[in-house]
Amino acid sequence: MLVWSRSGKAMVWSFAALVIGVVFLAPLAVILAASFARQWNGVLPSGFTLEHYAEAGGGASGAAVFASLTTGVVASLVALISGAWAALALRAQGGGAARMLGVLFFVPSAVPSVSVGLGLLVAFSQKPLLLNGTTAIVVIAHFVLISAFSFGNVSAGLARVSPDFEEVASCLGATPAYRLRRVTLPLVAPYLFAAFGLSFALSMGELGATVMVYPPGWVTLPVAIFGLTDRGDIFSGAALTIILVGVTLLLLLGIERTSAIWAQARNG
Amino acid sequence: MTLAAFVDEAATVSGAAELRGAASTVAFDRVSVAYRGAVVLKPLTLEVAAGEILAMIGPSGSGKTTALRAVAGFVRPAGGRIRIGGADVTDLPPYARGLAMVVQNYALFPHMRVFDNVAFGLHARHAPKALIEERVAHALEVVGMSQYARRLPRELSGGQQQRVAIARALAVRPKVLLLDEPLSALDAQIRRSMVEEIARLHAELPDLTILYVTHDQSEALTLADRIAILRDGALSAVGRTGDLYRRPPNRFSAEFLGRANLLPVVVESAADGSGLVAVRAGEERLVVAGADEPAGAARLLCVRPQNLTLAPDAAHANRIAGVLREIHWQGELTHLVAEVGGALLRVVATRLPTIPARGERLEMFFSPADASLIAEDADV
Repeated sequence: MLVWSRSGKAMVWSFAALVIGVVFLAPLAVILAASFARQWNGVLPSGFTLEHYAEAGGGASGAAVFASLTTGVVASLVALISGAWAALALRAQGGGAARMLGVLFFVPSAVPSVSVGLGLLVAFSQKPLLLNGTTAIVVIAHFVLISAFSFGNVSAGLARVSPDFEEVASCLGATPAYRLRRVTLPLVAPYLFAAFGLSFALSMGELGATVMVYPPGWVTLPVAIFGLTDRGDIFSGAALTIILVGVTLLLLLGIERTSAIWAQARNG
Repeated sequence: MTLAAFVDEAATVSGAAELRGAASTVAFDRVSVAYRGAVVLKPLTLEVAAGEILAMIGPSGSGKTTALRAVAGFVRPAGGRIRIGGADVTDLPPYARGLAMVVQNYALFPHMRVFDNVAFGLHARHAPKALIEERVAHALEVVGMSQYARRLPRELSGGQQQRVAIARALAVRPKVLLLDEPLSALDAQIRRSMVEEIARLHAELPDLTILYVTHDQSEALTLADRIAILRDGALSAVGRTGDLYRRPPNRFSAEFLGRANLLPVVVESAADGSGLVAVRAGEERLVVAGADEPAGAARLLCVRPQNLTLAPDAAHANRIAGVLREIHWQGELTHLVAEVGGALLRVVATRLPTIPARGERLEMFFSPADASLIAEDADV
């Protein structure tokens, strides 16, 4: 504990509340208020309406929710599988080369997402890798951007697992596949759930790369929000943003609950 | 059910025969291990007899754990071959070697209950369900943990976890049981009782070959039939536990395996076939056990602290005089440190009628049979 005095603690807590309020909650509160606003000409909005939500609930927005959810789930699953695979392989390999490859995994997260989108657009514009205008290129873009986070999470989990567990399992006759299924993966399960949740949340909010590659029939929520606000329909954009936040939150809560149920089942 | 019955009972369920372990030898045939060019185990040739407990001891970095890991298949030897039960297993993966291992931190799978932990190896080997239940029940009974089958590892104490780890290893009826510092994580009192428990287990499982790695010489002395002492990646000494303790072949073995007093002496007269040699330590003429010792040779006289006594009698014919420098009373034992010709000699006494004072002249006596000679340069 860095601060001992009661007044000092109160000051620290007040400062934290202020920072969280201004940085995190204020923008969300503004969006929430805008999503219900009929007009906003002063400091506060005037008039309350559900009109924007009624519009957002229409066909195009429903399709955007579906596109975002599908893209998020598929890209996160693929990222989880490949990230876990890479983390396991590099851990088994060990040494300097493995560490270097591990660092390389994080490179896409350092590249602007627009550049990633542009790169994919150019890379997949010729046969036999002609993916432009397909749903697959959107999923690939999301996968490229979120895979580093899956890899990082699983690597962190594996680093906490003593090699003794796997060595004892091998000695007792477990083949590598059996050991992976019965020992390694259950031990890192909390990290797998966390990796999937983080990847999914990132995918749900991804705009930069998606806006470069999305086909007309596969408009994700961020692209739809961007389109609405770009046309000046701020209130509808705000309503769709709240829907995006709500859907993401619901799914993350679902993942959290699944993780808790799994842990409870595991521990009796 | 007794342990012997646990091991020897006939297979009652289909598939049991292939799960049954048999007493196996372990042979290191010039096995060497190197990491990135650095040799951590120099060519080691050593055989563990079937049903024997061989303890590998040595300080950190001596190569003892590397040797055990080579047997388990976790490190690939840079040279040499490893044979288990006569079969070359050097190129086999760990899961195909028919072994079981117990490690320092127990490594019980935290997401499995005690029953499932013990059943793990049998499941991995696709044993029939009935056999698994029978074996797990027996293994838990053997280590006195039957009533904890439904517990999770985190609900057990360290000693209980180690018992479960041993049950898990025994359940697969391994050809060889590898114990890698299995008691190091336990506190001193539990460690003592676990040493006795492992000794009891082996007495009841005489066919089980055990390779026991430890840095604790008292565990090795209590449990091992033979001890191999490693130092700097090389075998320094190997022999039957009692022989190695009583007649260490070099200074390192003498000092690592128990406490030893090493006093520089010169051989006065060569062994005459009686098994006794006369040596001179300063002014004192001593008679000690020895053979083939040339007259005039410089040697180290090795005598254990508990073999020195302050009271002369017929058996303790040798006398060394020194000056008492330190006294350490430890309840059951009293440690006395005396200076003899510049060397320090330690005496461990169980009972002292009178406690001598520091600076007093002290006469110490020992039997010729309790001392041995070590060549000065025979270090490793």
